[in-house]
Parts: sequence; structure tokens; C-alpha cells
Amino acid sequence: MPRISAAEVREIATLARLRLDDAEVERMTHELDAILGYIETVRNLDTGSALPMTHAVPFDCPMRPDDPKPPLSVDEALQNAPRREGSFFQVPRMVPVSGEAGPNSGGEG
Amino acid sequence: MSGPDVRGASIAALAEGVRSRRWKSRDLVEAYLDRIARLDKAVGSYLLVDAPGARGHADKVDAAVAAGQDVGPLGGVPIALKDIFVTRGIETTCGSKILRGFIPPYEGTPSGRLAAAGAVNLGKLNMDEFAMGSSNENSSRGPVRNPWALDRVPGGSSGGSAAAVAASLCAGSLGTDTGGSIRQPAALCGVAGMKPTYGRVSRYGVIAFASSLDHPGPFGRTVEDVAALMEVIAGHDPLDSTSIPAPVGRYREAVGAGIAGLRVGVPDEYFQAGMDPEIEASVRQALEVLAKAGAQISRVSLPHTQYAVATYYLVCTAEAASNLARYDGVRFGHRTPQAASLDELYSRTRGEGFGSEPKRRIILGTFVLRAGYYDAYYGKALLVRRKIADDFSAAFSACDVLVTPTSPVPAFRLGERMADPLQMYLADIYTVAPALAGVPAMSQCCGFTKAGLPIGLQIIGPPLGEEAVFRAAGAYQNATDWHTRLPDDLPMTAPR
Repeated sequence: MPRISAAEVREIATLARLRLDDAEVERMTHELDAILGYIETVRNLDTGSALPMTHAVPFDCPMRPDDPKPPLSVDEALQNAPRREGSFFQVPRMVPVSGEAGPNSGGEG
Repeated sequence: MSGPDVRGASIAALAEGVRSRRWKSRDLVEAYLDRIARLDKAVGSYLLVDAPGARGHADKVDAAVAAGQDVGPLGGVPIALKDIFVTRGIETTCGSKILRGFIPPYEGTPSGRLAAAGAVNLGKLNMDEFAMGSSNENSSRGPVRNPWALDRVPGGSSGGSAAAVAASLCAGSLGTDTGGSIRQPAALCGVAGMKPTYGRVSRYGVIAFASSLDHPGPFGRTVEDVAALMEVIAGHDPLDSTSIPAPVGRYREAVGAGIAGLRVGVPDEYFQAGMDPEIEASVRQALEVLAKAGAQISRVSLPHTQYAVATYYLVCTAEAASNLARYDGVRFGHRTPQAASLDELYSRTRGEGFGSEPKRRIILGTFVLRAGYYDAYYGKALLVRRKIADDFSAAFSACDVLVTPTSPVPAFRLGERMADPLQMYLADIYTVAPALAGVPAMSQCCGFTKAGLPIGLQIIGPPLGEEAVFRAAGAYQNATDWHTRLPDDLPMTAPR
């Protein structure tokens, strides 16, 4: 029985906000099934009373003094923005404005 | 004054030549730029050559030397950086289409420390996209070719960093190692490379792939060169909360310190039936060399080795899926030209900008983190990771270092493993366990196959045991001459 279906790959891609075409979904379903099959080996291992290891070295998240440092300027922070307006990153409209046709009407502004 | 011959030159020799005014840093830069112009069409190691920046920096170093100033331990030495290192004002793409045109407004810590020590950056080196790969074939800008055999891969993901050092297209370089991405290309290209202890070298300004596994580290022609780079880039950094606040060791001294009485463990699990006989023979010979130099060799066991690759792919994909969420077309990088809604902007931008390996890992990582699957996959992997780290702790109670092969195979042919992601993942079988455990490990050349392909020796130390690794690696290098061999400069034309 396959460990992952094309429908699941599509659902996960939606969760990950990652558009895949049909050929990608098909290929990836096949490849992920093989990879998950290989991964089965660890799922059956008895790890006894081991504690989860989230980091390679034990560390306490250290606190630093809350001293302000010079920040990037607005222009530096926005220099790579694909679209900006004034001191803001610009994105398509998220909420339709009442009286307009719908969520698509904002478009790329 | 005739230009210096930089082919095969060591960092130590080049730095000394600049300090003693035997040559200028500018002459070194011109010599490397000339080699890059002649040879890198065939190798493909550079994504960006910053000739004006390198010339300008070299001239400053030369002026400082002329004024009698201290130019730093790496003063005037031309190096290059994997394109994962964020460089202020210089395009940084991580080998991905999604970051084309990204000009960072700040400098990362490892590259900043190299510059502060006087090293001159020649440019940015090719890599697997987001450091995901073992052959450099996942770069959005085309593969790198192995300078020892142009129809073969240089390894990955730091393939450009290894190939550029092997072909003398820079004196040393930086890469990153998440599951083997420094050590495996070092092995396949016949150079030295170190994955330090996790947290020994800052990750600030190193584009994140799997944050609990990402280890920046150096490549060099010799073990001393790697030690010299490590002394500069290692050390605590308040800008990385996982950076270790411990003093930096005397790595260059360790290289010459000898290994009388050093306890060397040989893990049984790394010498299984079916391993490449030429690689096994070279590594066994290396153990004899170490024994002759005074090491005590003994067998050890790392019983959870067989689970390392699967555990690694669960942990790294989960972390990658989270880290790669930031590429959404809003603040930097590629943005789809056609999106009517914010959701569509995200999904189209990411679908267009990522190559197939990041996509595969985002899907796998999202799958293993999903509600209902989390405990069975990601949660389980964290428990097995602990068992793997415990194996190393137990081994290091009786040994100072462990010695293994770096890669189960020498450089394979371009395209040979691309059709099967799982086969590609298994190329990392000897390097992922030390990455999961966060322990320092180094690869250096320990021979060549009959076909003339380099073979890598891996030396693994306990946490913060870089000095022990350098002692063993230095003793081996002092007793052998593999590191002095160079790939031919000609004919360096790409096969059709």
C-alpha cells in the first residue's frame, strides 16, 4: 500500500503554499513514497527512555542586554522589495473593499 | 615584478609573501582572476566574480603593508565564499532562482571575520540550491564539474567551494555542512574541509536550511590552511544565540603537535561488506600511517549508524520546510508576475522560484510535521537523534578521535544519481551521523582510485575537540603527500 497519495501531496502543497503542476505531483508522490519507505526503519526503533534532541549542543537561550543598536534604514530594509509603496512592502489586496467586485479586484495595485 | 604562481599555493605561503612584500595582494588577485577566466568555464565553480571589489580590497591591503601596518593573519589572501554566505552589497542567491537579484544590506559573521583578518573575497561559489544536494547538480545555475574528471560531480552541496580550491581558483573557501556538504565535496575533490562543532562558527548571515544542523566551515588545500581559516572564523558571536561562548583553540599548533598516544577509534559500522574496495584499502592504509605515527588504534561501535540517514532526512526536511517559508515574494527575491490574491502570490512565487529538490523537501518536511504524523515521524527522529549522539559520547569515553571513510564512493558521473533522490541521499551515509551529533569532523585526501579520483579520510572528534582532529589530520598529512597532488590545468574544457 502506498504511504502517500497524490491527493495528500496536493493537500500538503496547499498547506505549504507551494504550487505544483500535475507532473510534479505525480513524480513527487512516487519519490516520497520511496523515501518514506526508507524512513520506516526509524519508526520501529525502540528508543527506550531517550529524551528528544532538538539541538546538537545543550544551550540555554541566552538573554542579552536590551541596548538599542542602529537599525537598517527604511530604504535598506526595502531595497530588495519586489514592490513597495512609501515605507511599506506592497502585496495584493487581502480583503475586498465594499462596493468593489471581489478579492481579485485589488490585483497587483 | 612577475606575478606569483598561485597554482597549488597554500594560504600560509601567500600570506607570508604579502607580509614580506615578495608580492602584492593585487598580484595574487590578478593571478586568480586570470585562472578563473581561463579555467572556470570548464569547472563552473563561480556564480559571481567580484573583480572590482577584490582589486579594491587588495589595493587597500597593499597600501597597509607599505605603511608598515598589521594586515591580519590572512592579509591579502584571495578566498571565495559559497553563495549561502550573506555579503553586503554583493548578490547572494543560495543557488536558487528565488533569490536572483538579492543584494543583502548587511554582512554575515563568518565572511565579515575573514575580511577583518585581511582575506580578499574573489566572489561567490556555486552550490546545490539552498544547500540541498550531494552533487551540486541541484544548482539553479548549472552544475559544477570535478577538476579531477570533468565528467564527474564535485560532490555537494558546497561543490563550488571544493572545486575552486582543488583547481586553484582561490586559496581557500567557506562552505556549509548540514549532512556532509563540506566533507563529502572535500573528499570528492581531494582537498581538506572541516565541519566544526555545532555552534563553534556563527550562523549569523548564513542562509538557513536546517538550523539545528547547519555548520559553516572552511576548505583549504592543506590541513594547516583549514586550521588558519578556523582560527579566524571560530568564536562566540552574540548575533547567533546557538554560538558557543568558549575560547578558540590553537588549531595551527595542533596540526604539528604529533599524535603519540592519541587514541583512534575505528567504528565497525563504517566498514561494512559491500563498501568500495579501493576506498576501504586507502582508509585502512591511513590507519596504518596513524599507528606508525604513534596513535593507538582500536575498534569501536556506533550501533545506531544505520538509522542516521533516515533520521537526518526527517529532521532536516522539517526544519527546511519551516525555514523556507520566508521565501514568499513579499520582502525580497522572486515574485510571480501574476497573482490576484495574497495566497496566490505566495504559492505561485514559490512554485516558480524553487527547484525540484527544495520542493521535495518542503513537501516531506510539511508532511512529517503535520498534526497526526508529528509524533510518528519528526518526534521519533528527535529520539533517534539522541541515541545517535549517545553513541558518539560512549565512543569518545575511550577514544580521542574516530577515523572513517568520508564517502562510500568516489566522484560519480554527472546525472548518474539524479533520477533517484534516495540514492543521492545515501551518498551521505558516513557524514550525517556526526552532523546529527554536532561533533567536529574533517575530510582530507588519503589516496586516489586507479581511475585517478580522490579518496577522502574522515576524522571525527568530540564536541569542541577540533584540536584533536587537527592533531590527527596534521600527523597524517605530514606522513603522506596526497595533498600536494594537483589536477591538470589542461585540457580543462567541458565535455560536450
